[in-house]
Amino acid sequence: MKVLVAVKRVIDYNVKVRVKSDRSDVDLANVKMALNPFCEIAVEEAVRLKEAGTASEVVVVSIGSKACQEQLRTALALGADRAIQVEAADQLDSLSVARILQKVAEEESADLILLGKQAIDSDNNQTGQMLAALMDRPQATFASAVVVEGESLQVTREIDGGLQTLSLNLPAIVTTDLRLNEPRYASLPNIMKAKKKPLDVKTPDELGAQLAGSVELLGVEPPAERQAGIKVSSVEELVDKLRNEAKVIA
Amino acid sequence: MSILIIAEHDNQSLKPVTLNLVTAARQIGGDIDLLVAGENAQAAAETAGAIAGIRKVILADHAAYAHQLAENLGKLVVELADGYSHILAPGTTTGKNVAPRVAALLGVNQLSDIIAVEAADTFKRPIYAGNAIATVKSTDAVKVMTVRGTAFDAAEATGGSAAIEACGAVHQHADVRFVGEELAQSDRPELTAASVVVSGGRGMGNGDNFELLNKVADKLGAAVGASRAAVDAGFVPNDMQVGQTGKMVAPELYIAVGISGAIQHLAGMKDSKVIVAINKDEEAPIFQVADYSLVGDLFEAVPELESRL
Ligand SMILES: Cc1cc2nc3c(=O)[nH]c(=O)nc-3n(C[C@H](O)[C@H](O)[C@H](O)COP(=O)(O)OP(=O)(O)OC[C@H]3O[C@@H](n4cnc5c(N)ncnc54)[C@H](O)[C@@H]3O)c2cc1C
Ligand SMILES: Cc1cc2nc3c(=O)[nH]c(=O)nc-3n(C[C@H](O)[C@H](O)[C@H](O)COP(=O)(O)OP(=O)(O)OC[C@H]3O[C@@H](n4cnc5c(N)ncnc54)[C@H](O)[C@@H]3O)c2cc1C
Repeated sequence: MKVLVAVKRVIDYNVKVRVKSDRSDVDLANVKMALNPFCEIAVEEAVRLKEAGTASEVVVVSIGSKACQEQLRTALALGADRAIQVEAADQLDSLSVARILQKVAEEESADLILLGKQAIDSDNNQTGQMLAALMDRPQATFASAVVVEGESLQVTREIDGGLQTLSLNLPAIVTTDLRLNEPRYASLPNIMKAKKKPLDVKTPDELGAQLAGSVELLGVEPPAERQAGIKVSSVEELVDKLRNEAKVIA
Repeated sequence: MSILIIAEHDNQSLKPVTLNLVTAARQIGGDIDLLVAGENAQAAAETAGAIAGIRKVILADHAAYAHQLAENLGKLVVELADGYSHILAPGTTTGKNVAPRVAALLGVNQLSDIIAVEAADTFKRPIYAGNAIATVKSTDAVKVMTVRGTAFDAAEATGGSAAIEACGAVHQHADVRFVGEELAQSDRPELTAASVVVSGGRGMGNGDNFELLNKVADKLGAAVGASRAAVDAGFVPNDMQVGQTGKMVAPELYIAVGISGAIQHLAGMKDSKVIVAINKDEEAPIFQVADYSLVGDLFEAVPELESRL
């Protein structure tokens, strides 16, 4: 079974982003970047499938400017075999990303395609579903457990009401949720080894992917700031404030 | 303009979030139709028809739609899409699962989790865990979007009498099968619809201690939520997680107990009207967004709170 994992370079999750003073966009200058946490979980799952002898090869792909090669190297250090960078603008729209991923998946004849459930910058939560639709293949989003059973997968999904289990025939698309696994740290020897693993660069044109791009960003603003609150010294005072000042309890 | 709303329901009843979507649709303007796709979902369709201001309800009743599988539902919506200027789905796990499939099949991008309607083609949506609000404009012929329910008031559930139109189209993907589900059973209100939410974090120590919060919740008619750390530690199930990657809540009152206030948690609750934080660490970031901060041990404060309610 060949596994393809799509990974995105995003702002590090510990960084609190700021809006630029002209409100045209957020300020990403000199901000620490990292592998999207959900993508890291996707890579980990793929590598575990390889270690278990279920997956034959793990290929990682990222779409963006050359900078995303850094995250591809991270994924290689975590255990992926090979990487592909598709050279394109950063912040490409999700449909374009999905169309490019479709071409890569077809070229690679991937059996299982893993993505993060959402990128923590744009918080879109849509690329995996779009890819599955374009390929007319089944999807299991928000996965918290994946079991391979021959030519099919049994996937547990985290849904609003609890957990749901689906069975999918391969090829299939799975997007990861937080509790699927706990990603490992890359060891120094593996970071060194990753530098020698193959990393190909392609363009959307070479792949024959048509870009979409119909969402225009008009501006970005900071969220409404909350008024500073007060410190209460006792539970008694708290209950009194909630009752008589905020009037949110009876 | 005409708008199709994908209704959220469990075949018997409509989920309240559907009413919030109706309000969003009214702000966009135009005729509003509701799609109820399910199995033996006549009852849900009838409730949908009673919402004031709906043009019609489309009922697709078939086993293929019983579990809202995105592969089947997506194709159904695409078949019905002709003539609609907007297709709205709730920002729930069901809505997020299906709407991007619809968008991709229609060859358009999706607007995720909108929180305000500026114009029929321009919307606001939070990005970066709510640390920035983007205004985005779509030039697509049909706008496919998911809507954050808590950002819009609920429409009146009654007063309408829209006709129910049956739709016989059946789409059944051969490569996906529903195996089963484990749904949380609770008599408490749903987290995203509750007017009071009491949430616990790692500070709760274990799952049994959540009983302290349950007792407070029972007195306040509240829902109980949790931080990711509490879910990861196995104290409570995943459906209770509030935050950037869990549920978005905006109740009248949010009580955070033993939660530090990481940005990912704040993303899911900082639009609450009144926030109370109980934490023993006076430096905890949760206090920066709290209206009422109580520094102290939760194991003393929470039982006392319960006794005073
Ligand atoms: C500040 C800001 C400005 C923006 N401006 C514009 C704009 O001007 N025009 C516009 O059209 N859009 C704009 N966007 C939208 C946004 O850039 C894209 O929609 C988004 O990058 C595409 O994927 P996603 O991150 O939303 O995917 P999600 O669906 O949230 O991500 C899910 C998964 O998809 C995979 N994935 C996503 N992107 C990639 C990638 N590049 N390479 C490999 N795998 C990937 C990963 O596995 C990821 O975990 C903007 C967003 C932000 C935050
Ligand atoms: C990609 C990603 C997505 C994430 N998504 C989410 C999300 O959706 N939701 C979410 O919540 N988190 C999310 N997180 C995790 C987040 O970063 C934090 O790790 C998490 O919110 C911490 O939970 P906590 O506040 O319960 O735990 P901690 O940060 O450990 O805080 C526990 C608090 O309890 C207090 N405490 C301990 N004992 C007592 C006592 N006896 N009395 C009073 N106070 C006490 C402590 O002072 C401390 O402030 C995400 C992280 C990542 C990387």
